[in-house]
Parts: sequence; structure tokens; C-alpha cells
Amino acid sequence: MLKDITLGQYFPGNSVIHRLDPRMKVILAIAYIVAIFLAKSVFAFALVALTTLMLVIISRISVAVVLRGIKPIIYVVIFTMIINLFMIKGEGEPLFSLWRIRIYEEGIYRAVFMALRVIFLIMATSIFLTYTTSPFSLTAGIEGVLSPLKLIRLPVHDFAMMMMIALRFIPTLVEETDKIMNAQKARGADFSSGGLIKRAKALIPILVPLFVSAFNRANDLSVAMECRCYRSGKGATKLHKLKFSALDFVSLLIMAIFITAIVLINKYVTVGFSL
Amino acid sequence: MEKIIETKDISYSYTDSDGQISIVPALSNVSLSVESGEYVAVLGHNGSGKSTLAKLLNLILTPTSGTLYIDGKEIDHNDDDIDKLYDVRKTVGMVFQNPDNQLVATVVEEDVAFGPENLGIEPKEIQKRIDEALETVGMTEYANHATHSLSGGQKQRIAIAGVIAMKPKCIIFDESTAMLDPLGRKEVMRAMERLNREEGITIIHITHYMEEAARADRVIIVNDGEVYMDATPREVFSHVEELRAVGLEAPQATELLHRLRALGYDVPRDCIDADECAEIIVKLIKSEKEKNV
Repeated sequence: MLKDITLGQYFPGNSVIHRLDPRMKVILAIAYIVAIFLAKSVFAFALVALTTLMLVIISRISVAVVLRGIKPIIYVVIFTMIINLFMIKGEGEPLFSLWRIRIYEEGIYRAVFMALRVIFLIMATSIFLTYTTSPFSLTAGIEGVLSPLKLIRLPVHDFAMMMMIALRFIPTLVEETDKIMNAQKARGADFSSGGLIKRAKALIPILVPLFVSAFNRANDLSVAMECRCYRSGKGATKLHKLKFSALDFVSLLIMAIFITAIVLINKYVTVGFSL
Repeated sequence: MEKIIETKDISYSYTDSDGQISIVPALSNVSLSVESGEYVAVLGHNGSGKSTLAKLLNLILTPTSGTLYIDGKEIDHNDDDIDKLYDVRKTVGMVFQNPDNQLVATVVEEDVAFGPENLGIEPKEIQKRIDEALETVGMTEYANHATHSLSGGQKQRIAIAGVIAMKPKCIIFDESTAMLDPLGRKEVMRAMERLNREEGITIIHITHYMEEAARADRVIIVNDGEVYMDATPREVFSHVEELRAVGLEAPQATELLHRLRALGYDVPRDCIDADECAEIIVKLIKSEKEKNV
């Protein structure tokens, strides 16, 4: 049952977005989040919606997959909507009022905008980062983006190495958990009945051996890494050196145009509601 | 021939969690030498000090006393020059017991690249070395596979490729076949022998499988932290009783002939190979028949 866990589902492909440099994708994802929060008017939101749709089309990830990605956060979306709906006090008469609950036109707009922001944010970041980027190049991308921090002596290389090892050991530890669970079941352990506290307690005999083995593995691995001359990336080279291509610069340019467009629409198009 | 590894009276004692040095040394006054291109097996029962010896030879542990010479470089017992350490590890590679705990990357190719990357080799040259290393261990078609999807023997061969890609002169196998199934063991043994015969790499194989040790040029038996025997496999395994005294069993072929000799038959004591043993027995049966006729 544990074998079904997939982390950050990556869909291999050869679309324009797949081919972007992972560092650029990290930057673009951050820029896109900024753009989403800059959008304030109906037209700006319409532009964001259109671009997000374009991203889905360009990435050739199926719409069903993208929509499924939103499912886990649907409660967060509903919660934000409700808070905004009831808490926002607008000017003018409330549209609806019952006891102390008053709903204003502004509240409705705000609730919808907030929900859209969260949804677009999840869609765009998963298209840029998880769906089109393999865990390995994502790690490389994050390392690349963070590398200026090396100047202030932050161990960026070690951080990236830790991420890569964590990814590498997920399947190993999942397998191990399965093995330990079966071993405990064979000894009469019961994981599937009783209340929440009883079930939580039943996990202890799984977690203890799992942690012991994880520490042993960590120890073995560190010795093996030392044997292969690891020294925190000092004087090390990379097999696949990341290289920006023309495509990356074009995408950055498009992103810049997109953000400028949103700012301009916010400022000059005054038709309709605006936050 | 040139000596790749030489130890002079090296000893090692583990320190316990209180920082106290253990009274019983794991290894005491070991002096031995390994020549370049040799294929040496190290045998010993659990806790005999054979793994400690392996860890000293590429300086995961530094000896508490004595001197090591690795590829001509002298290493003192209180040497802590990091650069020298890396030089040694570049010369003497190591493959461990658990194949899962020595792979670093999620993709085969990336894992093999790990060592050369750390050495600061140019990407083009790294790619060349990866291709060669994977070819040597027969894993070329798996270059882009995920490491966790491989079998134990395949993982171990990737670990070997990762060491070969650093171009060491000597590789230590620290019980690298212990966790594998018979097929996996055969794969790893074949890779080891190929490295020794074709690439001229010195092999030190630490094991407790007698049949594996019998294939080496030389067998060193470690017992209670000391070298107990150091000779050719034929010589070592002919001492069946002495081996038993230190908790080791001779290969089955040797053992069988030993028992026959105990019954009064005239058979050689230094046979270590099953086929050779079979021939000897066939001959024996024939001559017995003739006697009876």
C-alpha cells in the first residue's frame, strides 16, 4: 500500500516548459506568484486566468491532472472564501443581512478573487516545478538559484546534497517501513482498529526500528561518501552543467511583459471592481 | 613488483562512548604488503578485525600506532593532512556491504558521476569515465535507470562502477557479496575478476565465503587482530585443522579430501577446486577397484 506514494509527480515530456533550465523555472514560478498577487482588477485577473490556461496548454499536461492537483487544497480555498465573505465590510448597503451576518458586494468579489489566487498559484507552481521538472533537476535548480548565498557562507551545496539524498532514500525507507510493518503484524500488532490514540500508539513499534535503521544507513552513507572524496563541493565539478539557452531568456522576457501588463491594467483600466 | 600497500606494525583500538580507548585492540601490530595487480582475499570470523583492517587501508580510520605506505606515500599514525587523505582515497577505493547505503543519487549515471565530480574532473571526461565504468561492470543499458529499481547485484555493480570511475589503483571490497543472493554474488565476483585481469587493478576482497577466497592469488587470515596465515589459497586451505581452530571452514572440496585422508586414503591436501576434487575421487575409485580385482 505504501508503494503507491509518489512524491511531486513528474510527467516526463518535451514541451517548451520541460526544456527550460530548472533555475529559470524556479525564478519564473516565484515571479508568477508575485504577478498573481499584483493583480487587483477584474481585467488583471482575466489576464492571469488566460495565461494560466496558456501554461497548461503549452506544458501539454492533461487538464484532468492539473485539476486533480487542486483537489487537496479545496478546503483551504473554501475557508478563505468564507472568511472573506463574512468579514469584509464594504461601503454602502449590505446585499444580505441576517442577525449579525452582513454580506457586501465587496465581500463577494474579494472571496472570489482570493479563491482564484490560491487556485492559480497552485496550478502555476505545479506546472513550473513539479509536473515538468524531475526531482533531480529541481534540486539542481534550487541550488543554482540559492548559489549567491554562498557569498555569505551559507552551505548551499550541502543543502542541495541533503535534498538529493532525501529524494534518493524515499523509496528505500518506504520499502523498509513495509517490511517492519509486516514483521510487527506477524508478531500480532494491529494497526487498523481502535481510536486515534490507540492507532497512534500502534505506530511506535514501527517508528523506533525505522529511525534506528535510518541512522545506521546515514552512518554507512557518510562513510561511503567520504570514500568517494566528498568534501562539500570544494573544487567539485558537475556532470550536467546547467546552461541558460535562448529559450530561457525569451521566457523571462515574456514574464516581464506579463507582470508589466498586470501593473498597467491595474492602473489604467478602471472599469469593474478592483481590490 | 611495486608495492601498492604496505603496513608496518599498525594497531588500532576503538574508543567507546566515554572516550576511553578499548583495552583489547581490534588490530595489533599488523605488518603486511600487497603488490600492485595482486588479488588478495582476507578471511576471518566475525570480530576478527578484518573490517577494521579494510577501514585502515583507505584511512576511514587512522591507525593508533604504526606506519602505512599507500602507493609510496607514508602515512603516520597521527597524520591528519586532509589533502593526503583524499589522495589516498583516490588511490584506494572501497565497495561496502550494503548496496543500498552507498548509492547517493537517484539515477545510475548521476551516481557513477559522484566520485569524479568530487575530484573536480571535467564534465566531458566524466561522461567518458561513466561510459567506460558502466561497460566494465556490464550495466551500460541501465545508465538512465532509477537506482532504487535495480536488484541487489546490479546496485552493487553500480557501486563498483562509481569507484572505477575515480580510476583507483586498488579497490577494497568489504564483504560486498555478503548481502547478495547467489546470482548477485556471481555478478559481483565476475566484475571483480575482470577488473583484476583486464584493468590490472589490485583487489582486496574481504569475505567469509571460502569459495570466493579460493579464487584469489593470495589469502590472508586475520584472527584476534593479528595476521594468522598469509599464503596462496592452496597452502592456506590445506591446513584444515588450523582453520577450524580460528572458526573457519575450508572449502567443501578441501574438507572432503581431508576426511578421506583421515580414513587412510592417499589424496592431496591442497585441492581447493570442486572439479579437481571430482577428478581426484574418480581416480581414487578406479585405483581402489583395481586393487580389489
